[in-house]
Amino acid sequence: MSQQSTKRTFVVYVEDKPGVLNRVASLFRRRNFNIDSLNVGQTNEPGVSRMTVVCDADEDKARRIEANLYKLVNCLYVDDITDKASVDRVLALVKVNVVADKRAEVLQMGEVFKARAVDVSPESLVLEVSGTPDKVQNLVKLLEPYGIAELVQTGVISMTRGSKARELGPPTLTARSA
Amino acid sequence: MIPPKQDFPDRNGQELTGAQILWEVLVREGVEVCFGYPGGCIMPMYDALPEYPVHHVLVRHEQGASHMADGYARAAGGVGVCIATSGPGATNLVTGLATAMLDSIPIVAITGQVPSHLIGSDAFQETDITGVCLPVTKHTYLVDKPEDIVKTLREAFYIARSGRPGPVLYDVTKDAQLKKCVFKWDDSPIVLPGYRPDYSTIDSELKEAVELIQAAKRPIIFAGHGIIKAEATSALLEFVRRTDIPVACTLLGLGGFPATHDRNLGMMGMHGETWVNKAIQESDLIIALGMRFDDRVTGNLKNYAKKAKKIHVELDPAEINKNVHVDVPIVGDVKQVLARLIDHVRPVERPEWIAFIDGLKGDSAVRDIKNMPDGGKLFAAHVIHDLYRFTEGKALVVSDVGQHQMWEAQYYKHDYPRKLITSGGLGTMGFALPAAMGAKFAKPDEEVWVVVGDGGVQMTACELSTCAQEKLAIKVAIINNGYLGMVRQWQEFFHGGRYVATPMLSPDFVKLAEAHGLTGIRVDKRQDVEAAVRKAQQTEGTVVIDFRVEQFDAVYPMVPAGADLHDMIERPIAHGTDHNPIFETAED
Repeated sequence: MSQQSTKRTFVVYVEDKPGVLNRVASLFRRRNFNIDSLNVGQTNEPGVSRMTVVCDADEDKARRIEANLYKLVNCLYVDDITDKASVDRVLALVKVNVVADKRAEVLQMGEVFKARAVDVSPESLVLEVSGTPDKVQNLVKLLEPYGIAELVQTGVISMTRGSKARELGPPTLTARSA
Repeated sequence: MIPPKQDFPDRNGQELTGAQILWEVLVREGVEVCFGYPGGCIMPMYDALPEYPVHHVLVRHEQGASHMADGYARAAGGVGVCIATSGPGATNLVTGLATAMLDSIPIVAITGQVPSHLIGSDAFQETDITGVCLPVTKHTYLVDKPEDIVKTLREAFYIARSGRPGPVLYDVTKDAQLKKCVFKWDDSPIVLPGYRPDYSTIDSELKEAVELIQAAKRPIIFAGHGIIKAEATSALLEFVRRTDIPVACTLLGLGGFPATHDRNLGMMGMHGETWVNKAIQESDLIIALGMRFDDRVTGNLKNYAKKAKKIHVELDPAEINKNVHVDVPIVGDVKQVLARLIDHVRPVERPEWIAFIDGLKGDSAVRDIKNMPDGGKLFAAHVIHDLYRFTEGKALVVSDVGQHQMWEAQYYKHDYPRKLITSGGLGTMGFALPAAMGAKFAKPDEEVWVVVGDGGVQMTACELSTCAQEKLAIKVAIINNGYLGMVRQWQEFFHGGRYVATPMLSPDFVKLAEAHGLTGIRVDKRQDVEAAVRKAQQTEGTVVIDFRVEQFDAVYPMVPAGADLHDMIERPIAHGTDHNPIFETAED
């Protein structure tokens, strides 16, 4: 099993019931699958939540993660979108320590990243930026010299490109037998 | 024993308490016996029990209840039920649930929970038991309304027994038991959108498997627990008859293929016979049926069966490529897969491969302890071998965990499925006595023997009192060597003979049995074994035999943990006719 371990992204549809997030998190912890980021929110379908889980795994491990997720009674559908064309986004809010003389400079820098100022005070401003994890990371690096007072960011949320919607059918062949 | 079934009124459509509805569902799920211990938050359920034809066994510790439900399920092939109250009652079940989880045993464990308005307040005897049990169960429920009971409890049984079976924890609040609602039975098929156990196999995989089987020169079959659970014994017999492939069993697979069949090699792995493990290392094809390549089976994975292609037939997709990378995974029911393979494989005979394996046996017959003289001493393996002879191999044996468990696996030859019950995955000491009691309820006409060490029996010996109260007739063979034998053996082999915390004082087990109103027998000579076994067979009720065996005996052969599978410590050869060197040097 000398396969390459890479960052993998799973889209996981689960029933929107109490404790389901705990079940998913517990599964990853118990099987020693390390979660990079996990995002969960409602979908357009009542009673169904959608998670985006990013973690390090080789091909074998990815199949086992998928199969183990399917063992959760509340897990409806798992899609490993790592190798699919997808839109991947994080959202960050960055509070930067800037006084009036540097404010324009920071705002200009933000513009390059399509970041918006959502709060301004005499000593600070808050930038809102969304994009790929790399892009957000780059902006944060550039802002660091000014002094970051506070930073919060979501984990990645992902969606495959193209018109094909998810199917709530039985597990795919790959999940059943890697 | 379970009293004969009585009729009870059909209350469908009536207003009932949640407690009554619990029993209504249990009875309709076919539950005849349950094992439990009452307490504050489960009292309403107990209060309703006399209205229903379910026999309740009052255990002495809730761990016993979970093991009894487990033993019942393993012997019956159905779902076992145990009941406990909230808090400590519920947490005492956890070891039993974890045991059932690792061996895929269907149990529904019902626990009382504090009233719903108190949840989260650290109320008296409150434990977040669904949280505690999450990693050791197949699923958990927390139910706080009587209206939800029919649907969720039916689901609990369905989840426990379907797919890869496992324990389900069903936590129900006290107010849900007390409140009333209209009981409406619903026997429509259960629909769980995220739970679709799938038994169908894929044609292309079967085709690949057939090709590998046809091409193989040195194939070997691994028979695991899945053979027994899928009731695939006759399918496996037919498959072996056609393909002439020898079979090695996992511990939990023993009995799935007749032990005395001439293609049965016996147990593989850490305490398997050397030629079995060597045959595995020399094989060119492994057909693994309903097993999961546990570390006790494989030894060091780096040098495991390197010459062999591997076909893995397994119900649970999450087991595929978990420990061992396989060439052809077949996800499906092992019985159905075997039936389809039988249709496609050409009949062959394999005299060369069989002769090769015979050649691997070398001097192992000389090293076989049952062929060794006892020199007037009582060896555990001799006790087991004698037990096998005097029960004519027909007993249902429940073994605990440790040296005696391995000797049982080596020397009690099980020819039929569900005749050996043991905690294989979790290795739970204290399992055997209560599990045997559960098994006896499932199979009242069978001769049930417990084979247990002096350590394990003391973990759950309180259940002897339950045996007495239930007038249960099981036979308990304590393999008493005054040590935690397996740990002592590891200390001897790997820790410089420093016997830390393994010498163990035991009570007088004969007196202990008698104190419970049961029969106790002590045996310290080989020639007394038969009389003791016969007496136990002829005595009504539970009999405890205290076999005082050699203290410094060790289980051979052995693959040290983490070593290569073929790298085994062999049993020393006895020199001369009347003594055995290892036993000579290890006097107490």
